[in-house]
Parts: sequence; structure tokens; C-alpha cells
Amino acid sequence: MRLYDEEISSRLLLGTAQYPSPSILQRAIRDSGAEIVTVSLRREGADGADGFRDCIRQTGVRVLPNTAGCHTARDAITTAHMARELFSTSWIKLEVIGHADNLQPDIFGLIEAARVLSADGFSVFPYTTDDLVVGEKLIDAGCRVLMPWGAPIGSAQGLRNADALRSMRSHFADVPLIVDAGIGRPSDAAEAMEIGMDAVLTNTAVAKAGDPALMARAMAMAVEAGHIGFCADPMNRRETAVPSTPVLGLADFG
Amino acid sequence: MKITVNAEPHDIPAANLCDALAQLGYSGRTVATALNGSFVSRDTRATTPIRDGDRIEVLAPRQGG
Repeated sequence: MRLYDEEISSRLLLGTAQYPSPSILQRAIRDSGAEIVTVSLRREGADGADGFRDCIRQTGVRVLPNTAGCHTARDAITTAHMARELFSTSWIKLEVIGHADNLQPDIFGLIEAARVLSADGFSVFPYTTDDLVVGEKLIDAGCRVLMPWGAPIGSAQGLRNADALRSMRSHFADVPLIVDAGIGRPSDAAEAMEIGMDAVLTNTAVAKAGDPALMARAMAMAVEAGHIGFCADPMNRRETAVPSTPVLGLADFG
Repeated sequence: MKITVNAEPHDIPAANLCDALAQLGYSGRTVATALNGSFVSRDTRATTPIRDGDRIEVLAPRQGG
């Protein structure tokens, strides 16, 4: 999979928040096989330590800074610039939150910020809804990846609208699509990949599992299985049963 | 000069953002800065004047989803 001209092998992206400890986070990253992890920026006291930065560096993975918590395009743009300097990357997971309860993207602010940041040389990964027109506007704004939500952030509800994601896959055939948010279980990740999504980003489902490293491994396997299943071109559903065992040669014991 | 740093009030005699960070104890730290809501790059901190009432944000890498 190519994301902004970078070849990425793992189709699982992992968030780094809410883990019980730094060592468990590192084990989860390792066992997930993820090559990209999301990170953030937060206020720093003068007595702070660089522990988190070192923790991520030790894993050797690529970071994708986010603008989580920003509710305006201006805040997101400022945060993106700070992230570019701090993490030495032009990649930015662009979040402009429009609703405090369900953390739904403010797609108007998102498109505005995406346009400004793309023009300024950023590689924008927009956290968006599954709306096709919004996706088109984001592409027009310069995005070369779309990150539609599966369900609200941290909700573990899985894919609320799989049909909309299928429409996105069909409509944006050549654009990498990464399902971001809402994944709760490995089966959710597998479903997203079977639909034909290019990748899945998950955080809470791994961090809040009883054994985060084990769940990271399960997510990695689910993502791989779902992707291979998509590539294998699954058969269509049928309305009635069709015998799988040959009927020809069936004995007649009448 | 009274300024606000990460929502906390401070009273320091700094002339520019680089001075302010040093006086606040951030010397040698890996941080990114914003002044009154706008990004200030590392290279321009020394030439960015600080005025009474300014709001400074000092951010560092953290966990994120």
C-alpha cells in the first residue's frame, strides 16, 4: 500500500494512547506489526520528561501526528505546524471535531484546514465521515488519502454503516481508504478489510483490551485475513440454500 | 511582563519568545511553540517579541489516537 509515495507493508495503523504502561504500548506496537502509529501534542511543563518520545523512537515505527481535540480549522492548522516541527514529518492526521459528544468531524472546518495544509506541503490524512461529496471535496483540497469513520471514536461499535463504506470504495477506487475510529473487535477490522478498505486504524480497542499486546496481534491477523479475503474475490450471497455436496450420483435407497 | 503560558499566569522580563522559554525552564527541551494562537517556529523564537498579555502554548509529544 502506498500512502503519499511511501510504501507501507502493514495495513494496521495503531494509536498510542490509553495503554496501561509504556512497556505494554511497546509490546502492542511490536505485536501489531504496525509501521505507523498515531501520536499527539499536549501542553508540556518545564519539568516534563521526554519519556514518550523515547518510547516511540525505540520501536522504530513511523509517526502520524494528529490534531485531536481541535475544534476549529485555525487550531488544527496551528497544531499541524507545531507537529511538523516537533516530529519532523509532513504527515498529519487531520481532525477538526464538530461535536463534543460523538466527536464527529466538522467537515466544513476539515475541508478548509485540509486545503490550507495541503497547499503548505503537508500530507494530510483527514479523519472524515463516510460522505462521498465530502470525500471529493477533500480530494480537491489536496488529500491523497481518506480516513472515514467506522463509528464514533472510542465507541467500539464496529462499522455503523458498512454500505456507505462500500460506496466509498467503489467511488474512490484509486484513493487509499483507511477506516479510522469505531473498531471494537478483530471481526470489525476484518469486515472493513473485506469491504476493500486499504487499512484500519485502531487505538482504544487494543489499549483497553485485557491483554493489549495479544489484541494487537489479533487485530493484525484480522486485518491481514480480511485483506486477503477481499483480494480472493468472495462469492456473492444467495437467498436460498445450494447443496455443496454433488447431487449427481446420489444413492436412491427407496 | 505578565504573560500566560499553557493557561498559567507568569510574570517575567523576557524580550522575546526564546528568552521567555529559557526563563521558564524549557532550555534544551524538545517543544513546539505558539504565540496568541499562531505557530512560532524554533528558528524565529529569538526574533519574536513578547508583549504584555501574550498567550504562549508550549507543546510536547504525547500519546494519541
